[in-house]
This record gives sequence, C-alpha cells and structure tokens, in this order.
Amino acid sequence: MNFDLNVILSKQDELLYGIAVTIFVWVVGTLASAALGFVIATARRYGGVLVDRALAVPVEVIRGTPFLVQLFLLYFGGPYIGLSLDALPAGLLALSIYGSAYFSEIFRAGYQSVPPGHVEAAETLGFTRGQVIRVILLPEMALLVLPPSVNMAIILLKETALLSLITVPEMTMTASAIGSQEYAFVEAMLLLALTYWILVELAGLLGRLAEKKLSRYRLAKA
Amino acid sequence: MSDTAISVQHLVKRFGTTTVLDDITLQIPRGQVSCLIGPSGSGKSTLLRCMAFLEEATEGSIFIEGDPLGFVYDGTGKRQRQAASELRRVRSRIGMVFQQFNLWPHMTALGNVAAALRRVRGLSRSEAEAKALAQLTKVGLENRAGHYPSQLSGGQQQRVAIARALALEPKIMLFDEATSALDPELTGEVLNVMRGLAEEGMTMVVVTHEIGFAATVGSQLSFLDQGRLLFTGPPAEVFAKPRHPRLEQFLDTYLDRGASTLV
Repeated sequence: MNFDLNVILSKQDELLYGIAVTIFVWVVGTLASAALGFVIATARRYGGVLVDRALAVPVEVIRGTPFLVQLFLLYFGGPYIGLSLDALPAGLLALSIYGSAYFSEIFRAGYQSVPPGHVEAAETLGFTRGQVIRVILLPEMALLVLPPSVNMAIILLKETALLSLITVPEMTMTASAIGSQEYAFVEAMLLLALTYWILVELAGLLGRLAEKKLSRYRLAKA
Repeated sequence: MSDTAISVQHLVKRFGTTTVLDDITLQIPRGQVSCLIGPSGSGKSTLLRCMAFLEEATEGSIFIEGDPLGFVYDGTGKRQRQAASELRRVRSRIGMVFQQFNLWPHMTALGNVAAALRRVRGLSRSEAEAKALAQLTKVGLENRAGHYPSQLSGGQQQRVAIARALALEPKIMLFDEATSALDPELTGEVLNVMRGLAEEGMTMVVVTHEIGFAATVGSQLSFLDQGRLLFTGPPAEVFAKPRHPRLEQFLDTYLDRGASTLV
C-alpha cells in the first residue's frame, strides 16, 4: 500500500462540499452560541436571583456532559418528545446549545469585569438599561471576552466533527467515506487534520486582528 | 419655586443589620454649595449616593425639586418603586461626579461628554459634539477632546467627568469625594472648576475632606458621624464654636494640620 494523496484529491468536489458544510455549521453554530450565551448571561445579571439560579442548572448540565451524548440525546431522543429533526438542524441546534453554556460564562465574566461605577455614571445620566448594555458594557468587555470567545470558536469547530456520527455531510464524514472507498484512510485523515488546522489558524488570525482593533484605545500614547 | 433643591426626609439606610444612615432629615438649598463632612464610614457618601438613587434607602424619602426620587407612596402609605421613565426624568436634573472619575475608557474625552447628549437627548452626532466641546472648553480641556481617558492625568480625567455631568445641564451637581484620588496639585485644578461652578450659582452637594474648600466655598455644612447627622449650619458657625464634642474632635485633626489659617 502506497501513500498517495492524489486518490483523495481527485474527489475534490465532494471534499469541497464537505468543507463548506463544516464552515457553515461552524460559523452559524458559533454565532448562535454566542448570541444565546449573551442572552443567558444578561438574563442572569438582570433577571433577579431566581432567574439566575434557574439558568445556572442547564448551564451546569451542559458543561457537565459530553457533547456527543447531548447530540445523540437530541437526535435520537428528540422524537420521543415530538422533536424530530433532520441531521443538519439537529446538529446545529445541539452545537448552539452546547456552545451557549460556555459563552454565557464568558459573558458573565465580561459583565463582572466592568467597574460598577462606569454603569452608575451612565445611569445617573439617564441611560436606559439597553443603552447601558450596548454603549457601555459590551464595548468595555469586548477586549476581555474576545480571547476566550476565539478559544470557544476553535473548540466548536473541532466538535463539528462529531456531527458526522448523526450523518451530517460535513468534511469528517466526507473524508471518512472517501478514505474507506478508495482504501486511502490515512491520507484522508491527514488531509482532514490539515484542513481543521488551517481553519483554526484562520480563526486565530481573525481574533488577533479584532483584538488589535479593539485595543487601540488602550494602546493610545499619551 | 421653593428654595429647596433636595429635601431628605427621615432617611434610613441599612445594609443587613448595620444602620448606615439613621433618620437623616436635611434640606439642600437652591443655588448654594452644601458640604457633607465627617470621618470615614460616617455615611456621607451613602447619603449622597441616595440623592442620585445609586443606593436605595430602606426608609424615608428624597425629593428633587419637589418630585419624589426612586419611590412613591400610594394612598395607604405603602412604598412602591417609581416607573423607570419617571426615575430617569427626575434623575436628569442631577449630575454626579465620582471619586474614581468613572470615565468610559473606550471613548475619547469628547465622546464621554457627548454620549448622553446623543443617547439621552437624541441629538445628532455633530450637534452633540459641538455642545460637548463647549463643556470641555468650560473645564479648560478643549485641546484634549480627542484624548482617551488613559492619556489624561487624574485631574484632567475628573474635569472631563465634570464636563460629562454638566452636559445635560443639570440643576444640581453631586460631588462624591471628587478630589480624594488626586494629589494636591491636581486637586487644585479640580477645586477651581468646582469654585467656578459655585460662582455661577449651581446648586452643589459636595462630600469632601477638603475642609478649606468647605469653609470658603460652602454655604451650608453638615457633619455626619456613625450614620447620624449631628450638625447642619453655616461654616463660620461650625468652625468658630463647634457645638458638638464629636465635631470638635473631628475638626481638631484638621486644625492640627494648619487648617485654622483657612477659617
């Protein structure tokens, strides 16, 4: 058996489709995770003690169980409670819920990082709560929540590989199938690893660019 | 219009079992500088923060120009929270200056001052910035408009904070130990801005350790100790013949440091 990447590369259309699905699930899932996580963190901050405690439970459960188990429970268990989803929406939903638990903690830390006095200054000027969040809290926490958010996006990218187990046609599933059919499994996995790594580096690069832009005010010279 | 800007009535503030403010009744006269003095932990900052509704009183009420702040009492005497929009309306007559400046670090000096004009008053960006620049000019910082807080000295930051509080043209300015985080030289520049405001006839409530400022600029001086209001009167009276033994003791610590030359 020879090591031959050409066998794999000849299937580039299928591969590109798989990569596209992965990127789609990753980007949409990460954005949905972040949005949902932000809503959870905001509800916990402003919703009173009961809401805070009530939301702490699902966050702990999701952080305390493996993503694969959650995915299987949603996809195979969902129909028992009338939630029959196709593979792709099920995968997206599972990924979003999983990521939101972590993102909610990132934003919770972000909220806590802003000195209360900065909020008080806005309140005495008559800012509404929405304005305080949008104009003061989010921009002030941005620099702090960015690195863990990039980290989380990277983790979510790699978790998308598990969606192949519920038949989402993303790139791990595509590469495994091609590798088996063509008797070039190692080549397929190698190429797959390289692709994940490139996407991760891309995410890191975007994160560093954003960080640079956001930290401009801190680096301003006197 | 009555001559009272802020009326504090039987105010009680407790944190758990600790009573921080014990039945405070105080009138803040319009157009004058009222100073709150007292040792650390006496409750003077808490009282001031109650006047901005940054602390919620446990009992009692505060009226800003006759309108209740924060809570309203219904027919049966039960206390209820004021509607958020009404609270913002009453609060908008107040400008607050903090010990730690509390400027927003991601906005320039101009942006800090213009923010409320845009978001609260709904002015366009150019209108808001023109007005903000006028306020910065008033505190002598028009040439620092484009600087971020991190690029300004403490005194400059506090002057920007004063300009920010003045932007919405409040009727009353509250100063919470506005110079305590500054060295003596920078303290001077902030006190000068405050003196200028007092000369314009701004109603001011000033929590301060600057006894000299209180004596020369203040027209009413209140002394708090352990949550109680022990004395309120014109400064001359306070410094000439302290009536309360605790006040006498408190002032002695200043007189020891040569403050007698100020009064």
